Amino acid sequence: MSFLNILNKYDNFDFEEYLRSVDDEMVLSSLEKKRLDDFDFLNLLSPKAKSHIEALAKKAHEITVANFGYTINLYLPIYISNYCSSDCLYCGFSKKNRIQRKKLSLNEIEIEAQEIAKSKIKHILLLTGESRAVTPLKYLCDAVKILKKYFSFVAIEVYPMSQEDYEVLFNSGVDGLTVYQESYDKKIYESVHISGEKSNYEYRLETPQRGAEAGFRNINIGTLFGLGHILKEAFFSGLHAAYLSDRYLGCEFGLSLPRINDAEGHFKPNHILDDVTFVQIMCAYRLFLPRVEINISTRESADFRDNLLGICATKFSAGSKTEVGGYTKAKTEPQFEISDTRKSDAVIQRIQNLGYEPVYKNWENI
Amino acid sequence: MDKLKIANKEFSSRLLSGTGKFRDKADIKEMLKQSGSQIITIALRRVNLENPQDNILNYIPKSTTLLPNTSGARDADEAIRIAHIAREVGCGNFIKIEVIHDAKYLMPDNEETIKATKILAKDGFVVLPYITPDIITCKKLEDAGASAVMPLGAPIGSNAGLQTKALLEMIIENSNLPVIVDAGIGLPSHAASAMELGADAVLINTAIATADNPPLMAEAFSMAIKAGRVAYLSKLQKSSKYANASSPLTGFLNL
Repeated sequence: MSFLNILNKYDNFDFEEYLRSVDDEMVLSSLEKKRLDDFDFLNLLSPKAKSHIEALAKKAHEITVANFGYTINLYLPIYISNYCSSDCLYCGFSKKNRIQRKKLSLNEIEIEAQEIAKSKIKHILLLTGESRAVTPLKYLCDAVKILKKYFSFVAIEVYPMSQEDYEVLFNSGVDGLTVYQESYDKKIYESVHISGEKSNYEYRLETPQRGAEAGFRNINIGTLFGLGHILKEAFFSGLHAAYLSDRYLGCEFGLSLPRINDAEGHFKPNHILDDVTFVQIMCAYRLFLPRVEINISTRESADFRDNLLGICATKFSAGSKTEVGGYTKAKTEPQFEISDTRKSDAVIQRIQNLGYEPVYKNWENI
Repeated sequence: MDKLKIANKEFSSRLLSGTGKFRDKADIKEMLKQSGSQIITIALRRVNLENPQDNILNYIPKSTTLLPNTSGARDADEAIRIAHIAREVGCGNFIKIEVIHDAKYLMPDNEETIKATKILAKDGFVVLPYITPDIITCKKLEDAGASAVMPLGAPIGSNAGLQTKALLEMIIENSNLPVIVDAGIGLPSHAASAMELGADAVLINTAIATADNPPLMAEAFSMAIKAGRVAYLSKLQKSSKYANASSPLTGFLNL
């Protein structure tokens, strides 16, 4: 059994027709429910629900405060390599892009970690391009051991691996895993992931499940908005998170909502996720999945993020650099352009001014 | 009012409070002052042990008993390791065991909790285990050396009140340990009900921390808890929906 079985159930489902049939009464009924089923979730994602966005936001806020309080988890990314063996049309690191490639040595990782550790944030996300050859398991384990000296929680966003490899990483100190499906639409997925390991749709789809089996405490998933049909992608992302949280009770799951911006390669998105729909989707995620973490990265602007905090975001990166070695001696191209360019201290100050508690540390190295 | 006794320590307040979910940490100090709460739980995983400036312990007066908790632990072994770290960094020997292997509903794992309790109690900790209300678990915890039991009233953060009332009543009736109702209490009236049932204390965090005015809400809880305790001590009159004729069934006996 995998999430593919759930996805396949919707093969012949006419989304357009269903979404057209959603009326105010259906939206309001779904809005009031304590436990939402798949169709309630879809009702809240429907165009009709846009006219109820304030009510949706209020409910999302209420559920978030009950479950998380007035807090926001903070983390920082560390890019240690931008080598990639896949050709993905939208990504700045794609192997076809003629950018300067860089892989940090273990010594450079340590220097970078020391610099990042000057902020108060104790959660770090280690990222690489997707190259098994250049950044093999051993290198990642060594990097993790260094990061564990400075941070209490280490997550990884690297190429998908087998459960056995994830177990090795878990035992080296990795606490969390981030892996985005990019698109749940197989045809679109295959059309933008031209070659390389990443072109295997099913292997990627089952990656979070392998990570949960391996024992990670926290797994973050999501779609990359801009590739496939916006509402369908949101719907399947939510269903995927629900599927995983139902099966792996011991693991915390999170959803991110990255949307395509100007990366190297100048990919023009097929669909645009506008701000209103962004907020609508985020709120629908919250109502459908009250305990899921909602992660908003610095891809979004400072002002937009500050507003999302008051609705239902629970996790922010702050003061991020997306270049390899970006915190000490940035030379490479970023994976994506950052919109919120504030330093982490400025983000923290703003969070406090908005009446929220920044959480720098949510786990102890034991 | 009569004192709450846990292990060999006596407390005049029956309100246990928490440090999570506050908008402003400075509210914690005021909350303790207004409510008179003398025991406060604190998630060790959130304590920044390296940076004293951000250390939440700075907001807690020295006279308050710290009850570090093992939140984040997914099994007995992790809970035990967290408990030891807490003691080493100077949080005292009280420990609230929280073993949760369920991120969806945050329900505690009673089996692992019993295991951790046995080991930590032997090691000199004053162990207060957080549990799904189950009378057999409570008996096993008593044997394992727990100093109190902390059954939940409703899922954490739900503010739903005493959803587990029937189970709590059994525990209160049979427990030789103090019973502290933890989690799910959303209103002062819920807290009063728990105390009327005979609970020895209640732990309130979310409902205070997320109130518009946390210190004032803490005061309200404190008053409700006192009222509930006094009502319990004065032996509540059983309520009845109907008027009672004096002896409708046995009057014919000419007693």
